[in-house]
Amino acid sequence: MASVTIDGLRKSYGATEVLHGVDVDIAEGEFVVLVGPSGCGKSTLLRMLAGLEHISGGEVRIGDRVVNHLPPKDRDIAMVFQNYALYPHLTVAENMGFSLKLSGVRKAQIAEKVRPAAEILGLAHLLDRYPRQLSGGQRQRVAMGRAIVRDPQVFLFDEPLSNLDAKLRVSMRAEIKNLHQRLKTTTVYVTHDQIEAMTMADKIVVMHDGIVEQIGAPLDLYDRPANLFVAGFIGSPAMNFLNGVFGPDGVTLADGTVLPVTDAGAAKAGQQVVYGLRPESMALGGDVPLTVEVTEPTGAETYVVGQLGGAEVTGVFRTRVTAKPGEQIGIRIDPAGIHLFDAASGARLSH
Amino acid sequence: MAHDEAAAVPVPRRPALRRFLESRNGLGLLFMLPAAVFLLCFLTYPLGLGVWLGFTDTKIGRTGVFVGLENYAWLFDDPVFWLSVFNTLIYTVVASIAKFALGLWLALLLNRNLPMKKFFRAVILLPWVVPTVLSAMAFWWIFDSQFSIISWVLMKWGVISQPINFLGDPWTARWSVIAANVWRGIPFVAISLLAGLQTIPQSLNEAAAIDGATRWQMFTKVTLPLLTPIIAVVMTFSVLFTFTDFQLIYVLTRGGPVNATHLMATLSFQRAIPGGQLGEGAAIAVAMIPFLLAAILFSFFGLQRRRWQQGND
Repeated sequence: MASVTIDGLRKSYGATEVLHGVDVDIAEGEFVVLVGPSGCGKSTLLRMLAGLEHISGGEVRIGDRVVNHLPPKDRDIAMVFQNYALYPHLTVAENMGFSLKLSGVRKAQIAEKVRPAAEILGLAHLLDRYPRQLSGGQRQRVAMGRAIVRDPQVFLFDEPLSNLDAKLRVSMRAEIKNLHQRLKTTTVYVTHDQIEAMTMADKIVVMHDGIVEQIGAPLDLYDRPANLFVAGFIGSPAMNFLNGVFGPDGVTLADGTVLPVTDAGAAKAGQQVVYGLRPESMALGGDVPLTVEVTEPTGAETYVVGQLGGAEVTGVFRTRVTAKPGEQIGIRIDPAGIHLFDAASGARLSH
Repeated sequence: MAHDEAAAVPVPRRPALRRFLESRNGLGLLFMLPAAVFLLCFLTYPLGLGVWLGFTDTKIGRTGVFVGLENYAWLFDDPVFWLSVFNTLIYTVVASIAKFALGLWLALLLNRNLPMKKFFRAVILLPWVVPTVLSAMAFWWIFDSQFSIISWVLMKWGVISQPINFLGDPWTARWSVIAANVWRGIPFVAISLLAGLQTIPQSLNEAAAIDGATRWQMFTKVTLPLLTPIIAVVMTFSVLFTFTDFQLIYVLTRGGPVNATHLMATLSFQRAIPGGQLGEGAAIAVAMIPFLLAAILFSFFGLQRRRWQQGND
């Protein structure tokens, strides 16, 4: 196990810079998820940690070693690829023991190391199979087994679940998290799926266009997003954004509706702001008018899409909503779900 | 009971032709007929005729009679025939190995991210695209006993003092025609293997790099095993093409000097057409069949799906 320090990391392809100086500190044994939309540079960052991409600027340290110029094999890392990258001509056991075989470990010793890893992952009965004879989930496990056998300082996962179907993804998510709790190996995990990030991470790094937008524990990011990007990215359904002007009574929207603000923070009177509203912070029975457009009952919750102050908003209600499309309902807003952002910079204004 | 009897009444049978045409097998047979006729006329008939001619003493202008194995017995004692067998084997083995090694090397180079990658890939194909007779004539100049550019360069450098007699000496002639054949055959091997290399995902090499493989180990333990199915196909074809080569030799040396570059194909033609001994020429051609069968058997076993190739993707 080791800590990982990413210090002012830059990457450019020719004249195009794709990572503009990224700083992340990863503590020993921590499970860190890099999350962001496609093209934000998260996979590039991971590949730079692995040594598969040249580092254009800045420094990567694993433990207290600067690894910028070390080849992948000397960095003491293991990586799980999106397409698993299993060697098709080798059996499960040979795939898992490949790194040991390369370093000249004797056969009996390889088997000794492969077996417990296979047992942890429930692969013991599949050791003689070839990757083609396995299901997607089993291949995924073999890829993890290959990483475990190496007993590395750091695990790197590059969107490992995106080739699996939705149900399997949920169970593998739990399995990976469980594995991390057993092995306690420092893990860096890349995904574009904020649900994966929220459920698995000790710490989330939200990236966008080659910069880090915010770093924090999952619920910190949810409760106190630092800017509009993080606010819109974390949480499902996404936070509603309403443009308005901040005043002493609250935020006045374009059509004159005034929404309450309890935590104005740094907002000044007359400032153009974005009123961020978590869908799940709305409840029936208040005086904020919402014109219903669509209701989507899911059983436990009801999703309501409607018009509020001239903008479309989505609300999640724990109670059943019987209103028909076109009807107006009055809603109440939980102050904890309100976030104010500066309209120009997108920065958070609330405390 | 009445019900059973009604069911037992036979359905009136349709006419046989109609039944045949409407059955799956009958229709299939009908559709295959054109292809079968084509194969019979242009493949089976010439092959059969060749084998038959090998058992006769047919000469040009005279229908022969069946002479049994006389032609083969004659060839068995013919040192020129055995020389041509020797030449063909040397030619095939050396040229195939060289084509494989150089073609694989070229494919590996082309598989990298080179500048002007597309341009190089197109250029590589040129020797394959140019008609053999044309490239053979170019080589004829390159190997000319007086005006050879190779001799000229080597003489300018002071390596040799007089031109090399490329096509005049038995062994230099053999190496020269092999070189020309290799030059011509490399594109086929290189481009086919390149196609094979591109089916190997880059992430496998990256995984191997993380697993601690050196470049050489990545090649021997990942790339090469995954390429074997394609190597088997490509090399079977390459061996067949080389073994039956005719044009290159015929333009460059006509089998000379002193039969040193006669291949079985050129000797067969030499004896049958200019020599007029159709029966004997056919016998030489038939003698190539066991070698070709061996190559096909090799490919049959080489091409069998390996255990790791079975199953779904």
